[in-house]
Amino acid sequence: MSNKAIICKNLTKKFGDFKAVNQITFDVVQGEIFGFLGANGAGKTTAMRMLCGLSYPTSGEASVAGFNVYKQQEKIKANIGYMSQKFSLYENLTVLENIQFYGGVYGLSRSEIKKRGDEMVSTLGLTNEAKKFVGELPLGWKQKLAFSVAIFHRPKIVFLDEPTGGVDPVTRRQFWDLIYEAAANGITIFVTTHYMDEAEYCNRISIMVDGKVEALDTPANLKKQFDTDSMDGVFYQLARRAQRGAD
Amino acid sequence: MLMPAVSLKNIIKTYASGKVKAVNNVSFDVERGELFGLIGPDGAGKTSIFRILTTLLLADKGEATVEGKDVVKDYQVIRNKVGYMPGRFSLYQDLTVAENLKFFATIFKTTIEENYNLVKDIYEQIKPFNNRPAGKLSGGMKQKLALCCALIHKPEVLFLDEPTTGVDAVSRKEFWEMLKQLKQQQITIMVSTPYMDEAALCDRIALIQNGTIMSLDTPQNIINSFPDPLYAARANDFYRLLKNFRTDPAVGNCYAFGEYMHMTMKDAHNTEAFIKELAAKYNAEDAEVKKITPVIEDCFIRLMRETDTTRASLNEQAI
Repeated sequence: MSNKAIICKNLTKKFGDFKAVNQITFDVVQGEIFGFLGANGAGKTTAMRMLCGLSYPTSGEASVAGFNVYKQQEKIKANIGYMSQKFSLYENLTVLENIQFYGGVYGLSRSEIKKRGDEMVSTLGLTNEAKKFVGELPLGWKQKLAFSVAIFHRPKIVFLDEPTGGVDPVTRRQFWDLIYEAAANGITIFVTTHYMDEAEYCNRISIMVDGKVEALDTPANLKKQFDTDSMDGVFYQLARRAQRGAD
Repeated sequence: MLMPAVSLKNIIKTYASGKVKAVNNVSFDVERGELFGLIGPDGAGKTSIFRILTTLLLADKGEATVEGKDVVKDYQVIRNKVGYMPGRFSLYQDLTVAENLKFFATIFKTTIEENYNLVKDIYEQIKPFNNRPAGKLSGGMKQKLALCCALIHKPEVLFLDEPTTGVDAVSRKEFWEMLKQLKQQQITIMVSTPYMDEAALCDRIALIQNGTIMSLDTPQNIINSFPDPLYAARANDFYRLLKNFRTDPAVGNCYAFGEYMHMTMKDAHNTEAFIKELAAKYNAEDAEVKKITPVIEDCFIRLMRETDTTRASLNEQAI
């Protein structure tokens, strides 16, 4: 058994002549917090869609949670969690109903959903809100709930696409506590963010420029490599090299 | 007394029949020619304030003026005096770059030529795509076009609602460069952002949370008013030390901040040396401690904890 949650080799996606993702190669280790950075239009979303089994690569190889991105897309979907900045829970369902719904979608038994659901609501401190509509919760709680729902079926990997955009600075940090806890429980975290201080919280970071992975290392090593004292400096040096327009 | 460019007095705005207080008794003035920042997270009430000032939304209570004109009585006059770039891209997706700009110029009974000097620097960056439909532009180019359209009638006050949200760090820097240029043209600019690092680029800022202004001053004065010495610490096992410090009775606040954790001490006599000893007590390897100057985000976190302690403690249980 490999301890690699994601293996990516020369993964490429073309739209016509446009190479949105151009031969990217990297591995993500099980339990790692992996930051996936890049300017707007660098190809992050396209790469993530392939890894989540939502789009076929043009060429190259990749496996996610041990499953092949060409042949086993459905297996990949069942074994990953996904959360985007765009709030994805049902606002007009209650907290518990959302949990039941997503638990059901991922094929958990009723008794399992009940047991884990109660546990989750109490760890999140939402016991009093369990029967409230999700739409009534403050944004920060919604995002924490969305994350917990994304890992409710205990996936091997969770993909987080700008999970903290627009969230207040206190809640943003509480969100990262949840990420650390999930990683400590062995869940691999694959996360994108525009906040450079959050890049520092990752074990390793890759930075995409014009469809290619131009840098990949720990935050400390990247800062050394680019001779700067902040991730902002690293990002700025790399993203400024971009030739193609954003998005 | 000079008339302020924008003035709000006790503005209240609620939604859902009064259940949601979006703007809670907000008062402040923006001076002419000022670059004023409204800094706060989603749901803080920033957009409601912008929409009230641009006469697109009625407040429940309170008064507001723009260039001395009342937002309710004189709404037609105000609409001719202000430029507004909403948070959501609101240009015509199926019109080209040139057509959009011409459309907005015509609506305001002017021409592109008449005010060209105002948009020149920004417009020339998107001019190569003049014939492309706005819907097919990249995020950064859409933002530049929207700014041109908001400027083309030479507004006296420019309202920019979260112009840099979802934009990468490099494009954000470029956008703030453009604002600096605009400021030299004597236009009053009111801008909102959830990115605390952008606050330092404004003349004055209001830190807003849950519809309430927590602090309003120059960025420097807000930083100077941070009451306690602030320290940055790190160690090899970062997360473990963070947890240890958080539960230590000698530590005031402690939270992650990039590669360091920022912390205050309950007793001001406890300085670097004490914190180093504390780290040693928790067997932190390669611990580093230094005194630092707070940034706006530190001030925001502090104010949030002070003004809303009940909710903050509830949230802490949630971890």
